[in-house]
Amino acid sequence: MSGAQLIAAVLLVPAAGAAGIALAGRWPNLRESVTLATAAALLACVLGLLPAVLAGERPQLAVLEMLPGIALGFRVEPLGMLFALVASSLWIVNSVYSIGYMRGNDEPRQTRFYVCFALALAATMGIAFSANLLTLFLFYEMLTLVTWPLVTHHGDGEARAGGRTYLGFLLGTSIVLLLPAIIATWAFAGTLEFAPGGILRNASLSNAAVGGLLALYMFGIGKAALMPFHRWLPAAMVAPTPVSALLHAVAVVKAGVFAVLKVIVYVFGIETLAEVRAADWLPTVAGFTIIAASVVALRADNLKRRLAYSTVSQLSYVVLAASLLTPLSVAAAALHIATHAVGKITLFFAAGAIYTASHKTEVSQLDGIGRRMPWTMGAFAIGALSMVGLPPAAGFTSKWFLLGGAFQAQHWTAVAVIIASTLLTAGYFAPIVHRAFLRPPPAGEHAHGEAPWPMVAALVTTAALTVLLFFLPEVPLALARTLQGGT
Amino acid sequence: MTLAHLPALVVVVPLLAAPLAVLLRRSSSAWAIASAACAFSFAAALVLAAEVAAQGPISYHLGSWSPPWGIEYRVDALSAFVLVLVSGIGTLTALYAWRSIAAELPRDQLYLYYAMHCLCVAGLLGMTITGDAFNLFVFMEIASLSSYVLIALGRDRRALLAAYQYLILGTIGATFYVIGVGLLYLATGTLNIADLAERLPQAASPRAVLAALAFITVGVSLKLALFPLHFWLPNAYAYAPSAVTAFLAATATKVSVYVLLRFYFGIFGLQLVTELLPMREILLALSLVAILTASLVALWQADLKRLFAYSSVAQIGYITLGISMASHDGLTAAVVHLFNHGITKGALFLLIGGIALRARGASLECARGLGRSMPLTSLGVVIAGLSLIGVPGTAGFVSKWYLVLGAIEAGSWWLVAFVVATSLIAAAYVWRFVEAAYLSAPGARTPEPGETPATMLVPAWILVAACVGFGLQTSWSVGTAQRAAALLLGGAP
Repeated sequence: MSGAQLIAAVLLVPAAGAAGIALAGRWPNLRESVTLATAAALLACVLGLLPAVLAGERPQLAVLEMLPGIALGFRVEPLGMLFALVASSLWIVNSVYSIGYMRGNDEPRQTRFYVCFALALAATMGIAFSANLLTLFLFYEMLTLVTWPLVTHHGDGEARAGGRTYLGFLLGTSIVLLLPAIIATWAFAGTLEFAPGGILRNASLSNAAVGGLLALYMFGIGKAALMPFHRWLPAAMVAPTPVSALLHAVAVVKAGVFAVLKVIVYVFGIETLAEVRAADWLPTVAGFTIIAASVVALRADNLKRRLAYSTVSQLSYVVLAASLLTPLSVAAAALHIATHAVGKITLFFAAGAIYTASHKTEVSQLDGIGRRMPWTMGAFAIGALSMVGLPPAAGFTSKWFLLGGAFQAQHWTAVAVIIASTLLTAGYFAPIVHRAFLRPPPAGEHAHGEAPWPMVAALVTTAALTVLLFFLPEVPLALARTLQGGT
Repeated sequence: MTLAHLPALVVVVPLLAAPLAVLLRRSSSAWAIASAACAFSFAAALVLAAEVAAQGPISYHLGSWSPPWGIEYRVDALSAFVLVLVSGIGTLTALYAWRSIAAELPRDQLYLYYAMHCLCVAGLLGMTITGDAFNLFVFMEIASLSSYVLIALGRDRRALLAAYQYLILGTIGATFYVIGVGLLYLATGTLNIADLAERLPQAASPRAVLAALAFITVGVSLKLALFPLHFWLPNAYAYAPSAVTAFLAATATKVSVYVLLRFYFGIFGLQLVTELLPMREILLALSLVAILTASLVALWQADLKRLFAYSSVAQIGYITLGISMASHDGLTAAVVHLFNHGITKGALFLLIGGIALRARGASLECARGLGRSMPLTSLGVVIAGLSLIGVPGTAGFVSKWYLVLGAIEAGSWWLVAFVVATSLIAAAYVWRFVEAAYLSAPGARTPEPGETPATMLVPAWILVAACVGFGLQTSWSVGTAQRAAALLLGGAP
């Protein structure tokens, strides 16, 4: 198949899958088979694009005219390829996990769950391959809307409140800040196509205007969870855990930082930003978010809440890396999208497995659980290692590049933030591992074993991926590196 | 031969269908006649639009009397656009009425509905196509009188009061309009719109022109429900039969906006309008208040029809906001929103009609758990609601894009902030429906599981699909709006 056909397939396969899932709703086994087959087909299509992109080609596709002069267009460049690869491969693992979780917990409305999940993946692919800001924005909003039913899955008062916060922050920031930024870019630059070196270079804007526009973008992309617009992420934790795992640790949040990277690299251009010094405030905001979110995570007893704040903090690593504006740090930002994804999904998988097997949700209840669920907690430990940034976990690689970038930029505040947050991250993950393995389980508790096997298989797979990415980072690294040099 | 007379036929066919429907009496024949007549007008409007796009404006001389003595029908980019909207919505609502009206009216009154519907369509099309200011008044009266009857047909007794309220205010509006036209005639001695535009600058009495501007502005503003002249609208929309609400909400106020555009830009000219009265500032202020207050009021409505009626007042505010910018992008926004909001509100009211039919009422209580009992209807409301908010991929987004673009190019960032922030209020009131439909357990008023009848659901979903289609492929809608904006700013039509 040609590049354009493959792009169309990547977008249509999950959408068609959603329709198939809806039709197969009455037969759960068939329905889940459709999900798995769709996920596998999607990964195959994404992989089909990989060789061409690695070889320097940029497959494209433009279909409709969304506004005169702006097409609904797609163009596969390294960063989008990396994002699509991460999201589509983890969807397979996550689907296996979902089957175990949704059945193990007797969740209601499972058909709607799988349909929305497939649509969310379609939106994610649209974001990854978008060729211009308008296409990106279209799928960005679609992703918010199709994940809302997943966040409010339980339909109770808590879910309703969480859903309102979720939608309020994500729609609010994107409509009030991001949309004017995009329209202003169109008014100033006359184009919205992502281009190497940026499109605002020739717009002859004042430095203050560039800074203001950058602020609109950075805070407007609410999915990147830059403080003070991070509250939607902990609110989204009312969703079933597979949603938190794939969407609120991988697809949705990564769509945010992905958009941040795209805007900095392809709309402003890192040289332009470095020249006019319009992004000088951004490392401070990102650094503050990293530290503040870590401190909140340190104090959170609810496991998913702790993981959510850890995500907020890790997302700002990507923003921090991008805002340092050196080639090395931008590569680190891209790489971190992949390495954080595999680590954090493992952690959420473990949290969901603990809930399914023992109905425990708080960190303080986890004494001795490592003896009952050794596989789960072993995987958790690897994920935690990756978050802290220690070998042999993938998180080390991206943190290494990030530190390199910070040194290259001679940005000592950033170096200090990275070191401090490493300590804080260790501070909120080590106690969990310590409790799980070294403390005795409370007396008189009913004995339980591991969660259902699909869940265990999934979390072991992602833990293995976390280690594998440390030893074999070639593909993501190659994509991350060509981000600057290539087009 | 027939093709040359298309500008006349587009109005005359539905006009003649009305007495035919009365003569035939049988509801099924009346329905068939009305649907066929509207469908003919729709097809004719599409042909005219294509012809205008290819060859430029068409001037048709009624009875071969050449203007300015005879009556001229004039089709240009703007009027063709409005013709397509009115006749398209007219056709869909006529088809929809088959089941909807039958459930709401006694059998022996059904033919009356179809006759009045045809008259109203003919009146609105006539207002759009005519190039004569007095002829416009005649068509305005035809459309208004028939719409009073249509509203009064509502099953609820309060429909009579609503129709009466609209009758009084509508008549005042029409009277003001005709006084204004009379003053213009006094000042220039002509009624042809193009001729008026030519002669107005040399008018002997600027005071008469000023008075004409004031009368016409107030008169037309009453008809288009510009804040604070909107009081007739929520009641009229809430108590009229569902098909009538959908038709009027999608077309009647829009045609009045069109008349305002014609007079401001086509006759008086932007320069005169802003010189005689600070019209841009007045429109801007009224639009802002309309958007803010009507959106907030919509947030507190318990009845879906009222909720979306207030939303209409707010959305008309966005249209007049675009007009007040008086720039190319502002007018593009106004014209494209006139169309986009027409299809969006049409879709919403058609779907709500389905809910009203199944639940015997359209309060928000009826929507509880509706996502399960009427899945397609609920999904349609959600999609059209997204278009109302202006989510990308829907028609409403396109309008908002040009409105914000206009504000940015005028350098007024506060206006940008206002437009995007108020669309969040729309999100809040649309989400009241979404939460009721998808997160609430069915209540006592929730209808039994079962969809809206197909003859109602299909027209509604055609408009829902249009909301998405005109959000993703805009070369026709925006292209036409841009040509219309250029036309309006270029002076006389």
